[in-house]
Amino acid sequence: MRNIKRKLFLILLTIIASFYAVGVAYAQDGQPGYPTDDDVNRVAKKLYCPVCPNTPLDVCETKACEDWRAQIRDQLSEGWTEQQIMDYFVAQYGERVLAEPQRKGFTSLVWFLPLTVVLVGTGVVYEILKSWRKQKKVTVDARPIPEVSREMLEKIEREIRELD
Amino acid sequence: MIADIGLVALTIAFLFSVYATFASAYGGWHNQLTWVESARNAVLLAFPFLTVSVIVVVYSLYVLDFSLAYVYDVSSQAMSPFLRVTALWGGQQGSILFWAWLMAGFVATVLLRKWERDRELMPYFIATAMLTTAFFVGVALFITNPFMRLWHIEGATELTQSLFQPANSMPYFPEDGGGLNPLLRHFGMIGHPPTTYLGFTGFVIPFSFAIAALITGQSRGDEWIRTTRRWTLVAWIFLSIGLILGGRWAYDVLGWGGFWGWDPVENAMLMPWLTGTAFLHSVMMTEKRGMMKKWNMILIILTYSLALFGTFITRTGVISSVHAFAKSALGPAFFAFIGLTFIGSVTILYLRWDTLRSEHTLESFISRESAFVLQNMLFLAITFAVFWGTIFPLISELVTGVKITVGPPYFQRVTGPLFFVLLLLMGIAPLFAWRKQAMRALGKVIWIPFLASLGIAIIWGYIHRMHPASIIGLWLVTVTLSLILAEFWKGIQARRTTLSENPFTALFNLIGRNHRRYGGYIIHISVLLIALGFIGDANFKLETQGTVSSGESLTIGDYQLRFDRLRGYPGSDGREIVEAVTTLSQNGETIRALNPRRDYFIVQEQPVTVPGVYSTPGKDVYVLLVGWDDGGQSATFKIYVNSLINWVWIGGLMMIIGTIIAAWNNPYQREMTYVLKPGGLSSHPLLQEG
Repeated sequence: MRNIKRKLFLILLTIIASFYAVGVAYAQDGQPGYPTDDDVNRVAKKLYCPVCPNTPLDVCETKACEDWRAQIRDQLSEGWTEQQIMDYFVAQYGERVLAEPQRKGFTSLVWFLPLTVVLVGTGVVYEILKSWRKQKKVTVDARPIPEVSREMLEKIEREIRELD
Repeated sequence: MIADIGLVALTIAFLFSVYATFASAYGGWHNQLTWVESARNAVLLAFPFLTVSVIVVVYSLYVLDFSLAYVYDVSSQAMSPFLRVTALWGGQQGSILFWAWLMAGFVATVLLRKWERDRELMPYFIATAMLTTAFFVGVALFITNPFMRLWHIEGATELTQSLFQPANSMPYFPEDGGGLNPLLRHFGMIGHPPTTYLGFTGFVIPFSFAIAALITGQSRGDEWIRTTRRWTLVAWIFLSIGLILGGRWAYDVLGWGGFWGWDPVENAMLMPWLTGTAFLHSVMMTEKRGMMKKWNMILIILTYSLALFGTFITRTGVISSVHAFAKSALGPAFFAFIGLTFIGSVTILYLRWDTLRSEHTLESFISRESAFVLQNMLFLAITFAVFWGTIFPLISELVTGVKITVGPPYFQRVTGPLFFVLLLLMGIAPLFAWRKQAMRALGKVIWIPFLASLGIAIIWGYIHRMHPASIIGLWLVTVTLSLILAEFWKGIQARRTTLSENPFTALFNLIGRNHRRYGGYIIHISVLLIALGFIGDANFKLETQGTVSSGESLTIGDYQLRFDRLRGYPGSDGREIVEAVTTLSQNGETIRALNPRRDYFIVQEQPVTVPGVYSTPGKDVYVLLVGWDDGGQSATFKIYVNSLINWVWIGGLMMIIGTIIAAWNNPYQREMTYVLKPGGLSSHPLLQEG
């Protein structure tokens, strides 16, 4: 039993590793260095995995996402810009691959409504405070706060001590 | 056999809960005390029966009774006894039962402790709280029953789950179960669900008292606020702990180098925390000034509805996919219940709106009152932004048919500035006097801390000149921290000069004299520490990824990580481990060995990434083993340098301490309220609480 598990495990390791071998091979092609893993991740970070819920593409561990990252690497080495790659992904998989929602069409509502709420909220706060001021009665003790003088402190402390 | 006992106990608990709801409502309506007392007894019986039911589930998980579908799902032979017990909240069925049990426990405790004190509110308190409890017990009984068995129907290719034996079927006893999701086997995820549920269920107490106060017309007085103050604090701190444990879990287990990703599930928890925090502050206005009664009601109704909503989106997964909604009866049931709770409470609030009138007087726009109104508005605005961003993908799909993602950039951009204003308010508002704050007096109080913070911010700005965006955040934290520390300083100085106490005794007595005020300050400081973690995460994070052969190094900042070799060995709980042996050094000097791992759980066929972390108060070096080539001769690593992240956890601990201090019973303060006279010395800021 143990042995079978071990064997399965080793097979799995090889499979995982083989995906990686592909990635390594890309890095060695073309001009030295570019695109590095960091270049790929910089683009992938702005995209979301088209299949898994709520997972950014740069951290997603599925096979599909490995392939997508490999694709970004290809595109970068062919000289695509970041914007071109993102446009390509949107065209292929829809708006949902963008981490940051667009500011056009129906989607712009996601940005504008909270902004409106903050503006309206500020107005509401102002109106509330204004109405509270109107109701003011002269009977309230409205003296400005006296300075914290030493005598005052002593008086307070004395009173507190008397309470004990 | 044992499982049948659990099922029977659950059924009886459900009947008692339903009975308690109706009996107390009837008793309250017709003013018949016997019905209310009978309802109370029903609650006190429902809880032990639910306890039996929970014990049976835990026992079945422990002895691995795989004839139960739930045990088969979340427990397995390879799991340690401790993990088997925690599997109670490792899946849907167990979680719902656990939730119902906690809630019944809260209600029963209130009935034992407060029965004599709040007689008038009791009938409707029981009715409201038990209606919710009955709903959850009902869900546990009818929809997500943990006592479902596995059956094999003749000719069928799949197993059937059912409480009772279907026709032409044989009971099915699997040899081993699926076991707890490997990602959940971490102290953060073991502690996170119970604390979160305690937080969510705890809010049922202030909510039910609020509704009772509205129905009885007692809301004119603020008795319900005094009764529930500490319950609210308890619920709030558990929710806070749950959030922090969840963050810690994400950081340790999810392998993306962060602790907060603005995921719908995280947002679901943050929203009730936001409105709950606003409520916690807003009630002070009612206690001290008899104001803002309407706000309190709105905030507690929102908090409780959002807690239910949070459970709804976490448990049904409706946000990531609309289709998850109809998969089981759970989605529609929850949706209907949240609707009922929200619309019902708002209707009652509307009908009683006039009873919540209060005298509002204000001399100046700059006053403690204004600060409270502003903070309520800010909390509500942030809650709305989070809510809107969380549900927008759903709305977009329903309206236009286009699926979209609302990721962290949205939340950071929209809530960031609002949080910053809130931070500043947190430092400055406690200095404001009620009714009117003279600007000159305020200036005198704040100029020293303000200048000090400016000085520190300039130094900080110079150190971090590569990250200009961080300066605003760091300055805000500094100025708020200096204002709070100045409050401590003033208090200590006052005691030293008048009572000639030494500084430590003075500090100790200062906090002892006024738990709420100084406990509150300590919580405020802890919030600043947590804010530091977010500022570090947003501004100073470094990351790199690369593949290196044995003996080669990767460089990030002034750190180097050398890959030595790879090794594999079997681990506990049914996992195989592949571990990289690496050496971390800084500017050429060796610091220590780091062993990032990949654990492969064989039964679940699931890999888990375990980071190797070198942790210091200033920063964490966080290394992930991403992959390796077949001989193990080269490996790929992802390295993050996470600045200031540890202050999140330190802040979390401090928050607990602050809350304990703030909730501590202080007999001295209770006496004092009798002695103080309006307009006298008590109006002096030094004597004012909160």
